[in-house]
Amino acid sequence: MIKVSSREMVEVRMKINGQVYEERVEPRKLLSDFLREDCGLTGTHVGCEHGVCGACTVLVNGSAVRSCLMFAVQADGKEIMTVEGLAKNGQPHPLQEAFSQCHALQCGFCTPGILMSAVELLSTDSDLTTDEIKEMLSGHLCRCTGYKGIIEAIEKVANRQKEGEKTDGSGVTV
Amino acid sequence: MKPASFDYCRPATVEEAFQLLAEYGDEGKLIAGGQSLVPILNMRLSSPKCLIDINELQDLNYIRYEDGWIKMGALTRQRDVEKSALIQEKCPLLSEAVPFIGHMQTRNRGTIGGSLVHADPTAELPLSFLALNGRAVIQSAEESREVDLSEFFITYLTTDIMPGELLTEVKFPVDSVPKGYSFQEYSRRHGDFALVAAACILDTDSEGRITTIRLTMGGVDAVPILVEEAVDVLIGEKLTETLLEEAGRIVSAHVDPEGDLHASREYRLHLARVFAKKAIQTAYHRAIGKGSAS
Ligand SMILES: Cc1cc2nc3c(=O)[nH]c(=O)nc-3n(C[C@@H](O)[C@H](O)[C@H](O)COP(=O)(O)OP(=O)(O)OC[C@H]3O[C@@H](n4cnc5c(N)ncnc54)[C@H](O)[C@@H]3O)c2cc1C
Ligand code: FES
Ligand code: FES
Repeated sequence: MIKVSSREMVEVRMKINGQVYEERVEPRKLLSDFLREDCGLTGTHVGCEHGVCGACTVLVNGSAVRSCLMFAVQADGKEIMTVEGLAKNGQPHPLQEAFSQCHALQCGFCTPGILMSAVELLSTDSDLTTDEIKEMLSGHLCRCTGYKGIIEAIEKVANRQKEGEKTDGSGVTV
Repeated sequence: MKPASFDYCRPATVEEAFQLLAEYGDEGKLIAGGQSLVPILNMRLSSPKCLIDINELQDLNYIRYEDGWIKMGALTRQRDVEKSALIQEKCPLLSEAVPFIGHMQTRNRGTIGGSLVHADPTAELPLSFLALNGRAVIQSAEESREVDLSEFFITYLTTDIMPGELLTEVKFPVDSVPKGYSFQEYSRRHGDFALVAAACILDTDSEGRITTIRLTMGGVDAVPILVEEAVDVLIGEKLTETLLEEAGRIVSAHVDPEGDLHASREYRLHLARVFAKKAIQTAYHRAIGKGSAS
């Protein structure tokens, strides 16, 4: 059992984008703030802090979740992936490339969250339909693009995946 | 928007959870998926002294079929219900309802227990479990008790759960669950809370006469309700336009929605009639094997 009083700091240890982070935090520290303030990973954006906008979405043990609705202490021992973990060796992830090609972003505020949800979808569903992409996007607000480019970009990667190219989330297209 | 400070406890076993609940009394607040509670904390609508985090209680995370019942641990994630082949086979009503809850990203964390105890009157799971004749298993350090879901919801955001108690399981009988089912809801945007929702399960004899039917409605009262009056007129009958119209009329006469900034009372009454009819009709067509016609 773990028991911490509100005035104490608690030790948390988690793997973020493959690297181990160990920090001391207050129990009330949101995972989103932890990533941005304690780890310096400001790619995860914060819009509403009540679960509605989706900007803060990250992968926790492979599942896309709102980091503003989790406390850092709850992610202790977990594996986290943020948008900073997508590019490999200076090469953008296939999704990032497709977003750029399809004009799937303008101001880019919503983009990191959407990318993380799309990574989960692509890794768990080998036969992704446009409806499933739209359903996933219902969990994200974008005030710029009108969503069309975003849908096209994800479809593009999904189609490549269906055609046999392996887009395994590592950023390497094999 | 940051939550006020709180003590944080994470029990490793159900027994430890009971100890903590007893120790903190009504100053201790359970957190499961956090998808309803954390927004409340972030907006400082509530500032409990202590959060008791049950996310590590893997004993409460299961879906199984046992002696004619589906039993689900309170910590089962909504997304796991959505993906469960067992649920799809034994109880397609739930598979149809769950995708309406928020978004994939909130269902990845949100639990079935959290949804029942949060008891939003428009929430999909309370409505569906009530239609399915579900029961809640509630435990404390001293005792374990079972409550029929028709007695579980007291009013807005309030259930029969007392301080010191934990919802551990939800179960419902499936061997005699009718073939016909339908979940229908209306919301302004996919993933928003429903304005009005309806769940129906229904069976017919070989002639197409309705033998059993349960209809529940959400968003029309402080708690999800079973509308028995409306379905009484359908028992023993084949579904006709006239009868369906009559059932819809009875539904809107028996529900008592309040208007709010999302929808006026009149509009909710209209939706209640329309969506009750849709649910009954779709369930009927499925029961007589004509697939979904909505
Ligand atoms: C953007 C967004 C959209 C949403 N849309 C919908 C929607 O359309 N429909 C819908 O139904 N919900 C919706 N929700 C809420 C839903 O996601 C929550 O999962 C659910 O209401 C609560 O479940 P939870 O596991 O997250 O519980 P928590 O938020 O952790 O807890 C909720 C309450 O239940 C209590 N509790 C939790 N588990 C137990 C237990 N085992 N025993 C006793 N008490 C317990 C907690 O103390 C708390 O009071 C939405 C949420 C968000 C953020
Ligand atoms: S900041 Fe988390 S959902 Fe908006
Ligand atoms: S690109 Fe600006 S909000 Fe989506």
